[in-house]
Amino acid sequence: MGRGAVRSLDEIGYSAALLGESLRWVFAGRRWRQPVRLAAVAAQMTEMGILALPIATLLSATVGLMLAIQSLYSLGLFGAESLAHVGIALSVTREFSPLIMGILVAGRSGSALAARLATMSINQELDALKVIGVDPVRFLVAPALLALVVMLPVLTMWANLVALAAAGLYVSTALDLSMAAYLSGTIAVLSPGDLWHGLGKSTLFAVLIVLVGVVNGSLVAGGAEGVGRATTRSVVQGISAIVVTDMIFAFVVTQ
Amino acid sequence: MHHLDAHYGSVQVLFDVNLTVQAGEVMVIMGGSGSGKSTLLRHLLGLEVPSAGSLTVLGRNMSRLDPLELTGLRRQMGVAFQGGALFSSMTVAENVKLPLREHAELDETTMDIIARLKLEVVDLAGVGDLMPSELSGGMLKRAAVARAIVLDPKLLFFDEPSAGLDPAVAAAFDDLILRLRQAMDMTIVVVTHEMESAFKIADRITVLDRGRVLAVDSAEGLRGNPSRRIQNLLNRRPEDPEVDAAGYLRRLAGGA
Repeated sequence: MGRGAVRSLDEIGYSAALLGESLRWVFAGRRWRQPVRLAAVAAQMTEMGILALPIATLLSATVGLMLAIQSLYSLGLFGAESLAHVGIALSVTREFSPLIMGILVAGRSGSALAARLATMSINQELDALKVIGVDPVRFLVAPALLALVVMLPVLTMWANLVALAAAGLYVSTALDLSMAAYLSGTIAVLSPGDLWHGLGKSTLFAVLIVLVGVVNGSLVAGGAEGVGRATTRSVVQGISAIVVTDMIFAFVVTQ
Repeated sequence: MHHLDAHYGSVQVLFDVNLTVQAGEVMVIMGGSGSGKSTLLRHLLGLEVPSAGSLTVLGRNMSRLDPLELTGLRRQMGVAFQGGALFSSMTVAENVKLPLREHAELDETTMDIIARLKLEVVDLAGVGDLMPSELSGGMLKRAAVARAIVLDPKLLFFDEPSAGLDPAVAAAFDDLILRLRQAMDMTIVVVTHEMESAFKIADRITVLDRGRVLAVDSAEGLRGNPSRRIQNLLNRRPEDPEVDAAGYLRRLAGGA
């Protein structure tokens, strides 16, 4: 077996161990009088979620408009423009919102997490934490994991609203419909299962983004250059993991 | 430390190290680059697991402790890392308060007072609100000491305290170490390659060379040690080349 394959297996094992340890701190930390600090979780929620709202809004609106334009064009070939809201509603909630938000957060927060941990590792800050008697997983990883597991589905829901509204504006104008008629058609098409499909995926993506960022950041080697490599690697691996998981999730859930 | 061996992968870095630090003394671990002193420190801190031998810190065998017991032991230890290792996202005061916040159930005002006191002890009064990036190298090291002593540890470690400091600041740092020992009655272990500093602060010095303990003695004892390797190290002379004159002559004469 090649060295790369061994390293990949090693990293997957490390990720699983990190996830287990994070969950252990979340559920048992208080019993050991070493709880995961809510202030740290709130800070991460602000950083990963609230501060991402402007760019999330812009991307979601753009995706909604793009879907509306493409749907009207392709359905127009068959004279079925009036069904555009069906495709838009299902593809936004089941596919585009979780995927685009996952990619956005992997690029924005996954890389930041990797860079932060890599820098801390090189500056001996992780050693300092251990020696102070603070477990780095409890202090750094568990808050990020908790925060993103909450905030990525929230961002996905926000993206659903913005994308559907933007698409609605375009479609209703193009087809000379009222916005209320477009929205009631959209609501009639969507079932709770469609929303849960997207939210389930985004929860899974949140776990992947944090683990990929933490593994790349904490296994850094080679000074400042290593920090750059860890950050790049974290973005590439994070996005790849999201796309592959998206496909597997869609396949499994729709069988 | 009893017959301790350490490896990085397949490379052995420490060989059969035996070392005892007496309570209340300042022990300096000295050696050149690659001598294994940083590895030795990482083992003392429980950051590495020895490949053989045992390590007892404050009466507890490190290899027999579970993670929670190790955390408990570490509360009685403080470390000032070479570059300070302050958390860059927190102010200096928040850095100093972190061990209190994690291990002591104190209100915010009490923690503020303790942090201010510890910063005053290391001559850093008034810098609590600054970020670590706003401090000089010497100030960073002092702030790291304030954080290391905030829980009043029994055992304090310094990693290369004088490295990167100009002679005057380094001398002041040595004075700080001695003052701390006197004021707080701590056992202090200092890892350094600075001879002047070592001779000034040490009760005893352990000389490490290529992963082996060459000598453990007082500064005076080391000065009088007849070993050529120790004297080369103390006087910053390069190692004597190992010349096998008889073998060379035999080879010249065509012998085996």
